[in-house]
Amino acid sequence: MTDLPHSPEQPVVAAKTSRWRTFLKSDIVWSYRHSPVTIVASIVALVLILMAVLAPWIAPYNPFNPATLNLMDGFTPPNSNSFAGRYFILGTDNQGRDVLSTIMYGSRVSLFVGFSATLFAMVMGVGLGLVAGYLGGIWDAVIMRVADVQLSFPAILIALLIFGVARGLIPPNQQEGAAIWVLILAIGLANWAQFARTVRGATMVERQKDYVSAARILGVNPFIILLRHVLPNVMGPVLVIGTIGLALAIIEEATLSYLGVGVPPTQPSLGTLIRIGQQFLFSGEWWILLFPAVTLVLLALSVNLLGDWLRDALNPKLR
Amino acid sequence: MTEPVLSIKDLVVEFPFRNDVFRAVSGVSFDIMPGEVVGVVGESGAGKSMTGSAVIGLIEPPGHIASGEIRLKGERIDNLPEEAKAKLRGRRIGMVFQDPLTSLNPLYTIGEQLIETIRTHLPLNEAEARQKAIDLLTEAGIPKAAERMESYPHQFSGGMRQRVVIALAIAAEPELIIADEPTSALDVSVQAQIIKVLKKLCANHGAAVMLITHDMGVIAQTADRMVVMHQGTVVETGTVGDIIRRPQEPYTIKLINSIPTIQRQAGDVAPEAAANDDGAYVQVKHLVRDFEIGGGGFLKLLPGKVEMFRAVNDVSFAIEKGKTFGLVGESGSGKSTCAKMIVGLLRPSSGQITVDGHDIWAGGAGHKERRKRVQMIFQDPYASLNPRWRVADIIAEPMRTLGLARNRTEVDHRVAELLTRVRLDPSVMRKFPHEFSGGQRQRIAIARALSSQPEFIVCDEPTSALDVSVQAQVLDLMQELQDEFGLTYLLISHNLAVVRQMSSAVGVLHNGVLVEKGPTDAIFDNPQADYTKMLLDAVPDISRVA
Repeated sequence: MTDLPHSPEQPVVAAKTSRWRTFLKSDIVWSYRHSPVTIVASIVALVLILMAVLAPWIAPYNPFNPATLNLMDGFTPPNSNSFAGRYFILGTDNQGRDVLSTIMYGSRVSLFVGFSATLFAMVMGVGLGLVAGYLGGIWDAVIMRVADVQLSFPAILIALLIFGVARGLIPPNQQEGAAIWVLILAIGLANWAQFARTVRGATMVERQKDYVSAARILGVNPFIILLRHVLPNVMGPVLVIGTIGLALAIIEEATLSYLGVGVPPTQPSLGTLIRIGQQFLFSGEWWILLFPAVTLVLLALSVNLLGDWLRDALNPKLR
Repeated sequence: MTEPVLSIKDLVVEFPFRNDVFRAVSGVSFDIMPGEVVGVVGESGAGKSMTGSAVIGLIEPPGHIASGEIRLKGERIDNLPEEAKAKLRGRRIGMVFQDPLTSLNPLYTIGEQLIETIRTHLPLNEAEARQKAIDLLTEAGIPKAAERMESYPHQFSGGMRQRVVIALAIAAEPELIIADEPTSALDVSVQAQIIKVLKKLCANHGAAVMLITHDMGVIAQTADRMVVMHQGTVVETGTVGDIIRRPQEPYTIKLINSIPTIQRQAGDVAPEAAANDDGAYVQVKHLVRDFEIGGGGFLKLLPGKVEMFRAVNDVSFAIEKGKTFGLVGESGSGKSTCAKMIVGLLRPSSGQITVDGHDIWAGGAGHKERRKRVQMIFQDPYASLNPRWRVADIIAEPMRTLGLARNRTEVDHRVAELLTRVRLDPSVMRKFPHEFSGGQRQRIAIARALSSQPEFIVCDEPTSALDVSVQAQVLDLMQELQDEFGLTYLLISHNLAVVRQMSSAVGVLHNGVLVEKGPTDAIFDNPQADYTKMLLDAVPDISRVA
């Protein structure tokens, strides 16, 4: 290796385009382009997310507007016209709601809860993990023991518990509106420990490094050290757990809603739709259950595959 | 004419990448005669280890031998099928690697590993193999070998483990031993013993040795001939004495000249020694640091006796303004702990440190004075720069934190000036650390240390992660900056040659105790403490060419 006293300069003008080009040439783009599974997963996830986000504008019907509902449309099989003469590509449920539209609106709720809960878990877990890893001692011991206790119970059980307690504290007339926020809180609190553990480990590694020592010698505020030096260097694994955690949160939300303790039926998520659909499975109206269930599987699977790929791509040792 | 044991001819090793082919070795040729020790030297990336891997057929895919041939006793081995190559390894070619921790299996006893190796290659029964194993260990200098056969690798020290590895390599009476940096992970005093063992065993068993190392001192004391490699090619081949005393090629001349030696070179003026301790700029008095052993978290809350380990034991020294004090010691001697206490990272258990008359551990005022005056340069330039920050922000951090420069233009101007001072182009300030080589990163680290306008800089092994030619440049730079700004240095190093070249006074640390201190020349020419004598004797130095 040669040690040039003056390294070759790069023209500053083309900085922006060259940065984009460097990105296109980077390992992560290469590994994406060479993984067909990941390409398919990302397309599926993107389509599902777009469908959910754009539901109010692109859904064929508004299933929650009673004015447009017609009981004569009920139980229409997929790809056929109802008695009232309207066409439904995925059929309708017992109340005549278009299954495709309910899925689009339902994914909206599922994704909103999933994203918010994961973000909440991430912020809380990363914050506590940084504190535990950097300060060590009694802080570390208390935070990590709480995390250990929590990890020894299934996340869904913790979420149920938090959900139950929170519901008991909220007056009944506000429960409907608060339900979705309680759900986010419950799933978020059930999942922070994963983030805290990973970030604590990574922080303990980083805090030993000399660049942190250099800042400590200068007397930089520990909070600033954590925020500006340590945090950017521990975010890689956090993104990976965040992606996989998103898939988990979506499934947890669906489970809670399936059990009837999640979002209210006026705002059905994929889990609620599955609960409604299962009543009709054995009477021949299979589509009311099948399509929401397939959507949930596709969503969770594609996000999970993206998380797996991200983990491998960011960890060169596995390649 | 006798046939060479190993003959390498026009060897090319290539690594195909996505859109490029990297030639790690391009056209290397040399021979090794029976019983000969040939040193292969070069800086990192020279292709010396890759040549060794090619000989034993263990190149990591996608790397492969693109052309050329390797002959062992005249028989071509580079194109053999995998099973045939596996039979060569251990039987006809023995291997000694750098890290004795990873080259022994931690789950088996030393005896089991030796007996297994012996019986795989030689037609001996269990009892005979066992006897041979004990003989080998004794020969490698392991006392009470018969008893130690039942020990596991973790019960041995690093040096002992490397002796076992050498015994394993020689077990099947191979014709050739490939030793890749066999002593680089060891302390100087252990290193000297291991070199002797390796040399003795190979001579006794008639094995030729290919000794791969970056350390010219080791070669000077061990090898008969040497091969100098640079960027995948052989630059020069010859006897060790010839190359060290009369290097021919420009690269070799530059390499030899950049190696510091523990002998004072003619023409060098000895830096003035420290006069008296009391008026000195930096004073360290009766410094002690204890560590608690084991137990953490909730265990600390339990009552009971806490075991203590004294890492630094009553260390006192003083440094004159504008001078360099070298602190020498092997691993575990407490030299880095001293550094941490002096820069304010670790609170001393007792003792006092004053810089320019201010007690740096005396509350907020002391900390403030310390931050203004004291800075540190670290060993590993890959860990000392935050990989997510741009060079400009890294260098500006001290001045921003201490409020030395406020607005953006002023900061940029100062950063550019500092980069010029460390002989880097100011335009590099928009780049990230990973775009630089090790030596360039160390320059950036020096620029950062200078950014707070310190008077005293603690340098903890500032060059031990760098190649020799880069080391010479960085040391020169440090010296120039000292003259320019009147800096005071505390130079901490295990490398005695570097300390001799840089310091005016030296302290020798051993197990936390400062066994000897004094002017550099006095210590090096006339050491008093037994430990210092032993250390100076053990150093492999190019001035001691065989």
